[in-house]
Amino acid sequence: MTVVGRSVLRTADVVVVGAGAVGAACAYFAARAGLRVVVLDRGPVAGGTSSAGEGNLLLSDKEPGPELDLALLSSRVWTTDLAEHGHHWEYEAKGGLVVGDDAAGQAALEAFAVHQRAAGIEAVVVAHDDLPAYEPHLNRDVAGGVFYAQDAQVQPMLLTAHLLRLARGLGAQVVTGSEVTGFLRDGERVTGVRTRTGQVSADAVINASGTWSGEVARLAGVDLPVLPRRGFVLVTQPLPPLVRHKVYGAGYVADVASSDEALQTSPVVEGTPSGTILVGASRERVGFDRTPSLPVLARLAAAAAALFPVLRDASLIRAYAGFRPYCPDHLPVLGPDPRAPGLWHACGHEGAGIGLSVGTGHLLAQALTGVTPEVDLHPFRPERFEPTGTPATEELAGAH
Amino acid sequence: MSTTETAGPPRTPHGDLAVVGAGPAGLAAAVAAAERGLAVVVVDAGTQPGGQYWRHPDEQAEAGLGPHADAEELPAHPVGQHDWQVYVRLRERFDALRSAGAIAHVPGAQVWFVERTGGAEREGWRLRTSPTVEPDDRVPAEVTATALVLCPGGYDRQLPVAGWDLPGVMAAGGVQALLKGHGSLAGRRAVVAGTGPFLLPVAAGLAEAGAEVLGVCEANAVTGWARQLGGAAQSPRKGLDAVGYVRTMLAHRIPYRQRTVVTAIGGRDQVESVTTARLGRDGTVVPGSERTAAVDLVALGWGFTPSLELVTAVGADTRVDVDDSLVAVVDDDQRSTVPGVYVAGEATGVGGAALALLEGELAGLAAAADLGRDTSPIGSRRLRGGIRRGRAFARAMHRAHPVPATWTSWLTPETLVCRCEEVDVATVRRARDELGGGDFRTAKLLTRTGMGWCQGRVCGFATALLAAEDAGRGLTVEDLRPTSKRTLGTPLSLGRLADLAEVPAGQIPLDLEPSDPADR
Repeated sequence: MTVVGRSVLRTADVVVVGAGAVGAACAYFAARAGLRVVVLDRGPVAGGTSSAGEGNLLLSDKEPGPELDLALLSSRVWTTDLAEHGHHWEYEAKGGLVVGDDAAGQAALEAFAVHQRAAGIEAVVVAHDDLPAYEPHLNRDVAGGVFYAQDAQVQPMLLTAHLLRLARGLGAQVVTGSEVTGFLRDGERVTGVRTRTGQVSADAVINASGTWSGEVARLAGVDLPVLPRRGFVLVTQPLPPLVRHKVYGAGYVADVASSDEALQTSPVVEGTPSGTILVGASRERVGFDRTPSLPVLARLAAAAAALFPVLRDASLIRAYAGFRPYCPDHLPVLGPDPRAPGLWHACGHEGAGIGLSVGTGHLLAQALTGVTPEVDLHPFRPERFEPTGTPATEELAGAH
Repeated sequence: MSTTETAGPPRTPHGDLAVVGAGPAGLAAAVAAAERGLAVVVVDAGTQPGGQYWRHPDEQAEAGLGPHADAEELPAHPVGQHDWQVYVRLRERFDALRSAGAIAHVPGAQVWFVERTGGAEREGWRLRTSPTVEPDDRVPAEVTATALVLCPGGYDRQLPVAGWDLPGVMAAGGVQALLKGHGSLAGRRAVVAGTGPFLLPVAAGLAEAGAEVLGVCEANAVTGWARQLGGAAQSPRKGLDAVGYVRTMLAHRIPYRQRTVVTAIGGRDQVESVTTARLGRDGTVVPGSERTAAVDLVALGWGFTPSLELVTAVGADTRVDVDDSLVAVVDDDQRSTVPGVYVAGEATGVGGAALALLEGELAGLAAAADLGRDTSPIGSRRLRGGIRRGRAFARAMHRAHPVPATWTSWLTPETLVCRCEEVDVATVRRARDELGGGDFRTAKLLTRTGMGWCQGRVCGFATALLAAEDAGRGLTVEDLRPTSKRTLGTPLSLGRLADLAEVPAGQIPLDLEPSDPADR
């Protein structure tokens, strides 16, 4: 059972700050590696961005580079290490279909797919005439698509809660409703955390606070430029199966990679095991404003109706907002922070945190136990945003 | 201002004041404000004024009246009605103001979104509306106003019990609505159960309409009233009402069983039996007190849940009332914590129609005064006094009729909590004990309870109680607000939302709508 309010453990090997998907994965893999873990969260389990997403595990939207390396590792972890638990979080290898609205869009998609295949992604070009076999209700005016068999989906709340349950089974303790208010220090070194009800000392503290990671980092006196990027999701009534895969427009990849502050919407449509259909995706940088925006919701609906005209008659029963934790270079922040030894970060995954959570946990557990991480953490290093020439950056850069 | 009779898509009605809801509170608010010179738009989900309390047969279909019936043409005393003369008098004023153009009535419309207006537009509010029953092209897409009075009313509060998902199990208010609206009986042999004085008119109405009512099961001991008399005695009107119901119950020999609850409902495809049991002083079922009887109708009511969608949507503060309902925080003039938004009736605390009338009138007066109209301070003072007494009575009533803390003890693991998504008690408890689902929102997202068509309106309260059960704590605003907060106030077709998209050509990546608008 989750402990509410006060940790009974006073010392641990690792304190994880944040009980979202990333924190849960870090806790699980650290516990599995034999470390004594305490997870603290000011709210309930998965109370932040983990409860506001669609649960996508995507390779299709990633271009070759460090994030794709992490995604490929995660894909392997989902299907090997965690395969036996997949039913707990409704793991579904549904595949993703990216569609081009015209010949030029389709050509761009196919060119992108060539690069992805070279990096190890399975990407199959789907001709216009073959689209109905994939998605019978897709608008016939769509030019073509590319199918990604490795794209999958999980229910992110269940993922988080069950990873924490499994971690507890391995000796971890999870304390909700316990806000970290400061760090214990021994000189520069971080030696634990302070909460409203006490303190927990630890060799390592992992900041897995998602969109709020910048605040937690600031408590340790270090700067971390993690910013909220708001998104809305529309949910339909439960329907008979209409949409088989995750289906999205080619504009989505460009929007994901963009740093624009203005609103971007591109259609992302997918069914869930409960029969509802989820409609995304919008991206805006408006701080933590939760006020529902009708223009944004309307654009999402219009884009979804353009992809699947049959959805016009579906009833929307719910809509919700979430805040993706976004870094200026669109890469997460992973690994030890040389500016505050003892402090580690696992945050800033933007809209890909659910998919990348398990690879993240796997890598951090390796690094914490002195094993060389399978994916190089250097591109994700926390101090990379400091003005160039700081000693920390040079020192680490020199090591590679 | 225009009414909605004209052919073609209606213009956007605009008023100084928009009143949402045309039950006792809404009608009183609209009439008070319009008589003080405000231009008022009344938006109501019902097709004719009166709300749930004065729900009555279709005036056009059954009485042969025109679309704007005169009040004197209304039936003299329709089935199951209470305070009908109060309605007729209020309706006369409402109709007169409507004829004079001071009130625009938008019936059959539900509000699915509320947003502020400003900038180039007049400062105020925009209500996005859709027909309660599609299609209905008389309903405008939106209503705008400088200020809002929210009178959304409430609905029956339900608690799960084994078998409550069978046809023939109904909310007590639903049984009453069938009687009032259509004069039809929901069953022939009935048990009415739960708690609170509302069970009495439901049983009386059923009996008068010819059903056999085997009994009213009241979970609490009515001696509880004695302790609360300080509050109750100040509202003699309610006392008189109760006398009338008791007389009806006596005439029909309906037993009134105190400290008695329904512990299970049986049947294959429809209700066939009901099991009741007595509660001991500790609130648990007295062993051996279970009785099973053949019935085809079980009417259940555990008080009421106010509809708080619009109150939370405008960002107004809420609190937990004596009966564990989430209600709006209002000041002595029914102002919410959001300037320009007033709340009256059940949404400020369940208290019945008489209190709702006073609150509605005061809200209408306050809105008129705040918008610069002359109002009488004496009238407002008199209303405030009545509201204070009404509130004291309501508190006494709620304290005498709590949900027994032991209600979960007669649930089986298989009892459904959420009928839409078919989530059972065991699943909710497991999520709470093993997965951290210790509050409504987390429990919902882990188990899907409250995620179906009703969006937690029916099961939200019970789920919140179950989630908090283990921690042994009372419900908080944090527990209840997620049961009421809905980005979309009512379900809405995706196409209707899509049509609001204001996007320059080419901005939507796939702009592939049918080219001929006549196709739509």
